[in-house]
Amino acid sequence: MEIKKPKIASIPYDDFPDNDTLEQMARDMRSNGVNVVTGVLDDLINWGRSNSLWPLTFATSCCGIEFMALGAARYDMARFGFEVTRASPRQADLLLVSGTITNKMAPVLRRLYDQMADPKYVVAVGGCTISGGPFKKSYHVVNGINSIVPVDVYVPGCPPRPEAFFFGLMQLQRKIKVEKFFGGANKKEKKPEND
Amino acid sequence: MTEQIEIQPDRLHEEMLRLHREQQMDFLEDIIGMDWGDDGLGIVYLLESSATGERVALKTRTVNRNSPELPSVCDIWQAANFKEREVYDYFGIQFINHPDMRRLFLREDWTGYPLRKDDDPTDARNPLRMDNEMPVDTTTELRLNPDGTLSDEEKAIFDAEEYVINIGPQHPATHGVLRFRVSLEGEIIRKIDVNCGYIHRGIEKMCESLTYPQTLALSDRLDYLGAHQNRHALCLCIEQAMGLEVPQRVQYIRTIMDELQRIDSHLLFYSCLCMDLGALTAFFYGFRDREKIIDIFEETCGGRLIMNYNTIGGVQADIHPNFVRRVKEFIPYLRGIIHEYHDVFTNNIIARQRLKGVGILNRDTAISYGATGGTGRASGWSCDVRRRMPYGVYEKAGFREILYTEGDCLARYMVRMDEIMESLRIIELLIDNIPEGEWQVKAPKVVKLPVGAWYSAVEGSRGEMGVYIESRGDKYPYRLHFRSTGLPLVSVIDDICRNSKIADLIAIGGTLDYVVPDIDR
Ligand code: SF4
Repeated sequence: MEIKKPKIASIPYDDFPDNDTLEQMARDMRSNGVNVVTGVLDDLINWGRSNSLWPLTFATSCCGIEFMALGAARYDMARFGFEVTRASPRQADLLLVSGTITNKMAPVLRRLYDQMADPKYVVAVGGCTISGGPFKKSYHVVNGINSIVPVDVYVPGCPPRPEAFFFGLMQLQRKIKVEKFFGGANKKEKKPEND
Repeated sequence: MTEQIEIQPDRLHEEMLRLHREQQMDFLEDIIGMDWGDDGLGIVYLLESSATGERVALKTRTVNRNSPELPSVCDIWQAANFKEREVYDYFGIQFINHPDMRRLFLREDWTGYPLRKDDDPTDARNPLRMDNEMPVDTTTELRLNPDGTLSDEEKAIFDAEEYVINIGPQHPATHGVLRFRVSLEGEIIRKIDVNCGYIHRGIEKMCESLTYPQTLALSDRLDYLGAHQNRHALCLCIEQAMGLEVPQRVQYIRTIMDELQRIDSHLLFYSCLCMDLGALTAFFYGFRDREKIIDIFEETCGGRLIMNYNTIGGVQADIHPNFVRRVKEFIPYLRGIIHEYHDVFTNNIIARQRLKGVGILNRDTAISYGATGGTGRASGWSCDVRRRMPYGVYEKAGFREILYTEGDCLARYMVRMDEIMESLRIIELLIDNIPEGEWQVKAPKVVKLPVGAWYSAVEGSRGEMGVYIESRGDKYPYRLHFRSTGLPLVSVIDDICRNSKIADLIAIGGTLDYVVPDIDR
């Protein structure tokens, strides 16, 4: 079966810069072949999942204000299915980490991630979450949240424009669209050590 | 330059008490911890009298670096409680007779005191700890006994019988990552223990290894809803130290930008408060109009939230050719539409009942805690920096201070709504008169400040935003301290909330209008 191309309405497929990575991901997942019936069901499930992502209302600093702007009328993330922000991690499936993560906050972030139900996704928003950003040299800032939680999409900027948020979120939607629900592992993640 | 009177530690408390009683120095503006190297560790106190406007700066120090101990002044000014904890956290100075000597920002298991000059906080003693913090229910007090000896006394924050719930750090109504531990009796709040530091980014320490122009970048990110104002304060302080005169044009631009920023911030305040109280439509109203201001900012500064606009001796770029026109379109627009805000929220019976008479802060308490900004003005304290220490061109606009006397949530809300109108009026008067001229004076490439100490402040969106710089003649500040607008506001929350209902905590927190990264710095 040929590699399927996840479509996003209104942005042509070739305009995305990460097509190679995505196709490789799809190839890896389908290396054992795909059952026709489950393949179709997968598509249906992924269509639903990718268009109704519920973000957790989680913001620590500046980038969070832009996240709020996304929720308001001009940018209106409801157009893409992200409008149901949840205050409880139990009900959310997308963790948009917007804002600096400090050493004191790191265990809390990890706990929030652990409390979310699968399937769950993480988007690192802004320079701070990607590398520490302007506070890279600080004694109390985590230099990149990928050392704490697995990150699906990085959105650079300080703060990123709302359009950049959307682009990042659409990249996440495309990733979800190639996932498998029936059998196979989507993410190669280390098993958390039980303590 | 700020002249500082040195006082010996053993006379400090007595002298402070005298200043408070005899010279009415009732406003403790700030307490700044210092590490003077061989001259010991010490503190700079900035005091002001709310009655006469007179200001003094004092300092005290101890040469004992191993166990520095200085007398506490938190029985004179309540503001000292949190600020002395901050100094303890940064420098390890123990305050004698302080009732609650815990760290304020860092975790209890942090080793070392990051702002000491001989401490490198990035080394291996403090790795990233992924284990959860243990809640502590006790604290220590270093008590001075009548016979002159000192003893450690353990004190309970919460008793074993108390019913304590935890709110935050991840909670939408705390406006960022602030954590409260609340002791309840039924629905009634008995005590609140505020835990800060979840967004402590160590900005003050970082600034010590940045050149002056570089430090500007971090100031925007403190209180991002007052980005222009924070940076304005820092520029003012550096310019004051350099003796640099900025042109009239720059003064006008800065004043207009500060006021636009204030409207922006107050609109966001409105949106968030309403959303917290369940009025979602109002949230959309506020954001709709806020976007219009952001458009104006974006055209001139290039940024939507973090503007990076003020520079030492000017601004980054001249105002955009459309700036004046767009501002002039915006003023009648907002005036014409503000009634919607009042229709949907202010005059709503539910909103009124949740705000009126709730969370009363009286004037003396506000002064004692140093709760400036809209919060102080709602309690009848005339604390506006634009009046107390004029800067910019406010005098030309005949600036009027908004004062309410009730001190409740509704008054705090109304102060901000009225300030939106006042800011519009100021901008309207200034916008047509921006003088021609340069928008940036020729400042030296390498900025070096002479030896000395300076303090400058502006009226930020939520209170007095001050900057204290101590220089030893280098390219880098020896110490750069920001007077947080939010720290006094959260320190007052325990006082206001006692004996209120738990649901009122949301209204009180919302109307105090703090921004957490500015508290933690
Ligand atoms: S990336 Fe920039 S805007 Fe975002 S949280 Fe960090 S400093 Fe603030």
